[in-house]
Amino acid sequence: MRWGLGRERYRVAPGVYAVGTPNDRSPVLISANYKMSFDILRRSLDGLDAWILAIDTKGINVWCAAGKGTFSTREIVHRVKSCALERTVSHRTLIVPQLGAPGVAAQQVKHDCGFSVVYGPVRAMDLKAFLAADMHATAHMRQVTFSTLDRLVLTPVELTSMLKPALWATLALFIGGGIGPDLFSFATAWNRGTVALGSLLSGIIAGAVAVPVLLPWIPGRAFAFKGALFGLLVSLLMLTGIGTSSSLPENLALLLALPAVSSYCAMNFTGSTTFTSPSGVEKEMRYAIPGQLAALLLAGACWIGAAF
Amino acid sequence: MSKLRYLENVTTLKLNRDVCVGCGMCLNVCPHAVFVLVRNKAVINDLNRCMECGACAVNCPVAALSVKAGVGCASAIIYGWLTGKEPSCDCGGGSDCC
Ligand code: SF4
Ligand code: SF4
Repeated sequence: MRWGLGRERYRVAPGVYAVGTPNDRSPVLISANYKMSFDILRRSLDGLDAWILAIDTKGINVWCAAGKGTFSTREIVHRVKSCALERTVSHRTLIVPQLGAPGVAAQQVKHDCGFSVVYGPVRAMDLKAFLAADMHATAHMRQVTFSTLDRLVLTPVELTSMLKPALWATLALFIGGGIGPDLFSFATAWNRGTVALGSLLSGIIAGAVAVPVLLPWIPGRAFAFKGALFGLLVSLLMLTGIGTSSSLPENLALLLALPAVSSYCAMNFTGSTTFTSPSGVEKEMRYAIPGQLAALLLAGACWIGAAF
Repeated sequence: MSKLRYLENVTTLKLNRDVCVGCGMCLNVCPHAVFVLVRNKAVINDLNRCMECGACAVNCPVAALSVKAGVGCASAIIYGWLTGKEPSCDCGGGSDCC
């Protein structure tokens, strides 16, 4: 389900759901209607009596929905009113997931529907402890983490997003590979194209999978830099491993193109992290993109030139 | 993970301490423990960990905080550059990216 394809079906209907046998004093927890997070929430409340109010976030998880504005003050107020929550419970408190906070103005919710917002912990597994402590979250419960496993499960999304550009690049490589002294040859297109395709795929795997997973251990702060560095390492390894028959310009092309591709893919991973700021991403892109383009053009020139 | 840090001195986060009433809301919503309370006022303790999510600014009852919140996907920023609009995620309906 993390592949980024066909997630449309994974929604729950917005509305009030009961966990256990809740009464009018039971806590109310707000949830996105993304089925995966809804189920995790329900499971983490197992054994307790509580209400879940699923709001319509178009089947998107809390964090993304808050950024996009679907997990919002307006939607919470609307859902509280349309479900007549004030008749279901006698208290006036909503527990909203902390990661939804960018989209929700607590004071506005209170003003518009009379319910106070209390922000719950970042992780659903801390909910029981949070409720037991009278809705107090420890500092640890308030902080997002970004473990190796977190990063690993995100890499399929990265790979899928590279699919379309990669297909176009492949086409270009096979056409470019055929250009030579006798204008165009299918045999050389095939030979040189497959080698180039191998380099392209290595670059994508390096930047979109290896860099995200190895993130803390690759030097540098900027993702584009980390990607380029790791790509350079991979291309050097490839050259020492196989580079017997290739010419100097071809080797140069590999040394330029693979790090550029890896750098671009790694830079795209900033969108999935939990600690990069948009201002920072924009800053690194300002110098990374011209660099990546220049490296690719130069690589292309070397590679095509090598055929003559 | 406290070890993962990003670029320094880029965040647009600003705190106006004169306005702050010390309610502690920003401490509650910030996912990176950027703030601490000192003598009943918020203080920015670790500015460079701010990821510009905007949670603190929208939840401050007295508008003591400001930050230029936005999406951090590279593809969204490229889209913004090319079209001159605000960056927006094109990752579609039920996606996990952005
Ligand atoms: S914008 Fe987000 S990360 Fe930055 S200080 Fe505010 S709540 Fe914390
Ligand atoms: S939310 Fe605003 S008023 Fe409350 S402590 Fe933070 S800065 Fe001060």
